[in-house]
Amino acid sequence: MFYNEEFETLPREALKALQLKRLQQVMQRVYHTVGFYKKSFDAAKIKPSDIKTLGDLKKLPFVTRNDMRDNYPYGLFSVPMSSIVRLHASSGSSGGSTVFGYTKRDIETWSDLVARCLVAAGLTKNDIIHNAFSYGLFTGGLGLHYGAEKIDASVIPMSGGNAKRQVSILKDFGPTAICCTPSYALHLAQEAAAMGVDIKAFTLRVGILGAEPWSRAMREEIEKVFEITALDIYGLSEVIGPGVAMECIEAHNGMHIFEDHFIVETIDPQTGEVLAEGEEGELVFTTLTKEANPLIRYRSGDISRLIKEPCRCGRSHIKMDRVLKRSDDMLVISGTNIFPSQIETILVEIKGLEPCYQLIVDKAGALDSLELQVEVSDKIFSDSGSVKELQKIEQRIVKDMLDYLGVEPRVKLVGPNTLSKAGDKVIDKRRT
Amino acid sequence: MTMKVEQISVFLENKPGTLQQATRVLKDANINIRTLSVAETANFGILRLIVNDVEKANTVLKDSGFQVSKTPVVAVEVPDRPGGLHSVMEAVSKEGINVEYVYAFVEKSGENAVIIFRFDNPEKAIDVLMKNDFTVVPGKKLYEF
Repeated sequence: MFYNEEFETLPREALKALQLKRLQQVMQRVYHTVGFYKKSFDAAKIKPSDIKTLGDLKKLPFVTRNDMRDNYPYGLFSVPMSSIVRLHASSGSSGGSTVFGYTKRDIETWSDLVARCLVAAGLTKNDIIHNAFSYGLFTGGLGLHYGAEKIDASVIPMSGGNAKRQVSILKDFGPTAICCTPSYALHLAQEAAAMGVDIKAFTLRVGILGAEPWSRAMREEIEKVFEITALDIYGLSEVIGPGVAMECIEAHNGMHIFEDHFIVETIDPQTGEVLAEGEEGELVFTTLTKEANPLIRYRSGDISRLIKEPCRCGRSHIKMDRVLKRSDDMLVISGTNIFPSQIETILVEIKGLEPCYQLIVDKAGALDSLELQVEVSDKIFSDSGSVKELQKIEQRIVKDMLDYLGVEPRVKLVGPNTLSKAGDKVIDKRRT
Repeated sequence: MTMKVEQISVFLENKPGTLQQATRVLKDANINIRTLSVAETANFGILRLIVNDVEKANTVLKDSGFQVSKTPVVAVEVPDRPGGLHSVMEAVSKEGINVEYVYAFVEKSGENAVIIFRFDNPEKAIDVLMKNDFTVVPGKKLYEF
């Protein structure tokens, strides 16, 4: 089933021609409207008119997350604020966060892309979709919501959290599809078991899961406990949000990247060299249709590989394999993206704390658990030596982490010089 | 003579063997512990010590990598019988002084108990206690008990 059969099955030559035309247009647009691009293209001695073939794309400089931070909040927008109808943002305190804008047409494009994903999962207007992606600045919740409305399905805007309530709604409302992170799906299964609710009796048929890396084994586990087909959805807020790529239910193996809207490349993360299709590398995205903040060669940090073999579903768009690794130190904690540098920023803001810490990521049941070990500095302890003061510090760290990054760690204060300054800042014990 | 007593507070990480390491350091330095208490939370503890040699204890513990601070506390000697602690509490609470924590030991003679108080306002507490004829034990005397 297709949402937009013409474009989803466009023969590859026509698709490439469309990509080139759209690339040339977006190049002109960003060159003339975004100072950052003009500067970076001029520095690389490239004019938009130099882009004659898709192969010319590799002459262009990359856009990195640092560029987005340097231009925080609106420096990469190519339209005036009067044309922006929505703002989303990544987690993080000022300077550590990135902001994404959408014009009315961007919202329309995005909704269409998510609609394609839902139809690729076999959903129609007769389905009831339980959307447990978080609503808010995170693109997951609203992205799926708009797509679900686009196909006239019935959408339950659950958002994240309140697992017991989620279980009762899954039981009572009879949804046929669930959207959430894979680990949250397993968490709901455990919660249901603890409540004595039989999830096999649920009407769920399909899971649209993403926003964090997950393994094949985890997929099998989810499919077994829920008796559903679990499909992978991919997206990143920088590029548009969920709906950049989606696994089709027919092949159930790899996600189609909607190439009429995005150009994908794989590069060697060390050298930046473009790799042959099929080789494992860092995914780089160029947005072709986004109006508010188009991205030219954005380094996603996600390591995967492209699958160019034709798919039995009939989509002509190239597929990507699951994302299992990052090229940088970004962590995905329960679907929230976090950089160790953001934790450091939070700690130095707290009076008397030294950013001497170690983050231990593990699983507590199905969910991610965080333990943040922080050294007790001379400054903090010599003043008071009191339980109360130390507990205040602990609470402050937990609150700031929750406020700025959206994750709640268990804070463990440790003795001085127990964490080596040069040692690992992060220990990730989760299986992937 | 200053009436305040200096307590050594030692940060204890919540992991097996930490307390033992601290007591070993004190033993090796030949430091005698007059009394102690341990405050514990889910995530860490604080060892509170009254010792015979405050400066030396402070130095050796720091040198062994412990986070140490000196906290002013007040020691009060009361007869070791029912109501001993209560009479002190009555006197300070009347003056609006708060007790953050308290611990005690009985003197060798067995007749008196020494109660160690951490008040939110130690100066005022000492003042109130002395006015009410309580026996406030000065630091110097307590270390040598």
